[in-house]
Amino acid sequence: MKSLKTACMAALLTAVLTLPLLGAHLVVNGLSTTLVVNLWPVGIAVLLVFVAQLLDLKARLGAITQALPTVSLSSASFSRHIRLWLAVVLVAALIFPFVASRGAVDVATYALTYVMLGLGLNIVVGFAGLLDLGYVAFYAVGAYSYALLSQYFGLSFWVCLPIGGLFAATFGILLGFPVLRLRGDYLAIVTLGFGEIIRLVLNNWDSLTHGPDGINGIARPTVFGLELNRRASPGGTTLHEFFGIPFDSLYAVIALYLIALLLVILTLFIINRLVRMPVGRAWEALREDEIACRSLGLNPTLIKLSAFALGACFAGLAGAFYASRLGTITPESFTFIESAVVLAIVVLGGMGSQIGVILAALLLTVLPELARSFSEYRMLIFGLVMVLMMIWRPQGLMPATRPRLELPTAEEAHQ
Amino acid sequence: MNDLLPVLAQQVINGLSLGSIYALIAIGYTMVYGIIGMINFAHGEIYMIGAYVGVVTITALGAASGAMPLALVLSGALIIAVVVTAAYGWTVERVAYRPLRGSPRLVPLISAIGMSIFLQNYVQLGQGARDISVPPLLPGNLFEIDVEGFPVSLSLTRALIIFATLALMIALTLYISRSRMGRACRACSQDMGMANLLGIDTNRVISFTFVVGAILAAVGGVLIGLSIGKINPFIGFVAGIKAFTAAVLGGIGSIPGAMLGGVLLGLTETFASAFLPTEYKDVVAFGLLVLILLFRPTGLLGTPDVEKV
Repeated sequence: MKSLKTACMAALLTAVLTLPLLGAHLVVNGLSTTLVVNLWPVGIAVLLVFVAQLLDLKARLGAITQALPTVSLSSASFSRHIRLWLAVVLVAALIFPFVASRGAVDVATYALTYVMLGLGLNIVVGFAGLLDLGYVAFYAVGAYSYALLSQYFGLSFWVCLPIGGLFAATFGILLGFPVLRLRGDYLAIVTLGFGEIIRLVLNNWDSLTHGPDGINGIARPTVFGLELNRRASPGGTTLHEFFGIPFDSLYAVIALYLIALLLVILTLFIINRLVRMPVGRAWEALREDEIACRSLGLNPTLIKLSAFALGACFAGLAGAFYASRLGTITPESFTFIESAVVLAIVVLGGMGSQIGVILAALLLTVLPELARSFSEYRMLIFGLVMVLMMIWRPQGLMPATRPRLELPTAEEAHQ
Repeated sequence: MNDLLPVLAQQVINGLSLGSIYALIAIGYTMVYGIIGMINFAHGEIYMIGAYVGVVTITALGAASGAMPLALVLSGALIIAVVVTAAYGWTVERVAYRPLRGSPRLVPLISAIGMSIFLQNYVQLGQGARDISVPPLLPGNLFEIDVEGFPVSLSLTRALIIFATLALMIALTLYISRSRMGRACRACSQDMGMANLLGIDTNRVISFTFVVGAILAAVGGVLIGLSIGKINPFIGFVAGIKAFTAAVLGGIGSIPGAMLGGVLLGLTETFASAFLPTEYKDVVAFGLLVLILLFRPTGLLGTPDVEKV
């Protein structure tokens, strides 16, 4: 009986909430604005809330989500076979572009960019515990440094890639040095403000960045000095001419996919080495207890700065790749929403869990591509998932196992 | 140098009205922060929802009877916007934040970001992403004077913004300092656990904070719609960050600080856009936020936050 009463109240509240925004649609005809009333969405929302409350869906789903098995990646059986698993995944990833359709390879390349971004942000948010809401700024720095260097100086992709990463890391250090003293939530807002400043500057510095029009005709990467275009630039050789095969634009798609895969593997390799080094241990220690770290003589600012700069560096690499893949960039590609998507990837995967982040990145980029008709609901669902994950499973889908050691209780000690 | 004075006077008027809106939104941030120590990232969207509900009501009332008195339409829009937006504020807290009490600091913040994305896209689905024009309800100026040959004017809408803000600020200050609920609020912001032990229903106080914040943001939303003449689902994001800047500028957690910070930010921004290219006015506001947090994180009127081990 009580649940019926709550359900009725919730349904009534939903009606009040949704009526002016979903039920009455503002239509602009020239100068006048009229209202078109359509009560269907309101009715659906009210019904959904009523049923969900009546069945106590939130608690039930929450219980199911919490009961999902935690995959322990440090378990003995898994680590024994880890090399085998890695080899299988790698071979599958290498064969994939030659058997899959062109569209699938394109989506996979797009997804791999997000895997890189997710892994980079995971260093900052997951390992070091610093909430960075302006991550897209470093992505933009990487993309624009490649685009500008290639336009003004004709530098090739492979020269610009490390430069883009270094530029982004430098920006990370310049921003991080003053702001990393701030407390977590202030840091989040400052990085958000910084991300917006970068975007606004890119949008308005017409003489350098062409403002809102962005930069077009950015050169594609070359493969061992061979170009992927139909016609060679003066003095260059194209891939198909070199091998004496007819031109097919599919080669470029496959080459881009393989470059993305290479970058992801490089990212994974570097991060996995670093987390086992003292600096990586220090990131996690700092996340767990800053005061204890300080008492042990670690310099929090330096450690945070290293995480921040390294995360920024990977975003810069991803940005340079992004610019070369699309061939055109505008400041509109680097809005806050991008930062939020990457953050959602890290949160959904499980902060600090690299496998989780990779899976979440694939999930969040491939699913919307498969369900194109739902694309307008994409961000709506993203937002909802972020809220629900925090309520039900803040540790993420595949939580990282944190090294822990507990003091035995009095009884255990006596045994 | 001749035209400097009228430009200055006009900018002060513009800055005051813009700053009033920031102050209205900033109070929502500062009260929530003062009590539960979280940044309610979705507050900017609450303000945007207030603006939308206001326009929907104005359009509905305008269509219902062509010749309804202006005051009735305006107060109707304000009342309905306030009620619905307050319900949003209450619901957001209940759904997205209450289950997370006592979690680590970043957890409710991420939830708030999710809520903000959700609300923005929800309004976009319901009302479209395009600009909606707001019927000019209050055309004309309260006064227009000639300063050395240049007109300086205060439009009726801007006057309404300034006076409504002033009235609400006085009412809120009195309520917080005199009423039972206000006393409970102050107690909670000093020590939530102790207040709870002394029989204050802290959940009610927290809900109240969110509702008050939403009410003020709704008023700000309706008035900015009238003043600027168009709204879209994305206005909440930038306004939210700026209002947060205002709250930090004044000292987060302090209500008079939020008022002061809002007005100061509004003035800074209008002066910046008068003397710099207008595109950079957002950069000025964000830059200001970064600078305050670096050099004086407690703001102008805030009390230093002592870190307890």
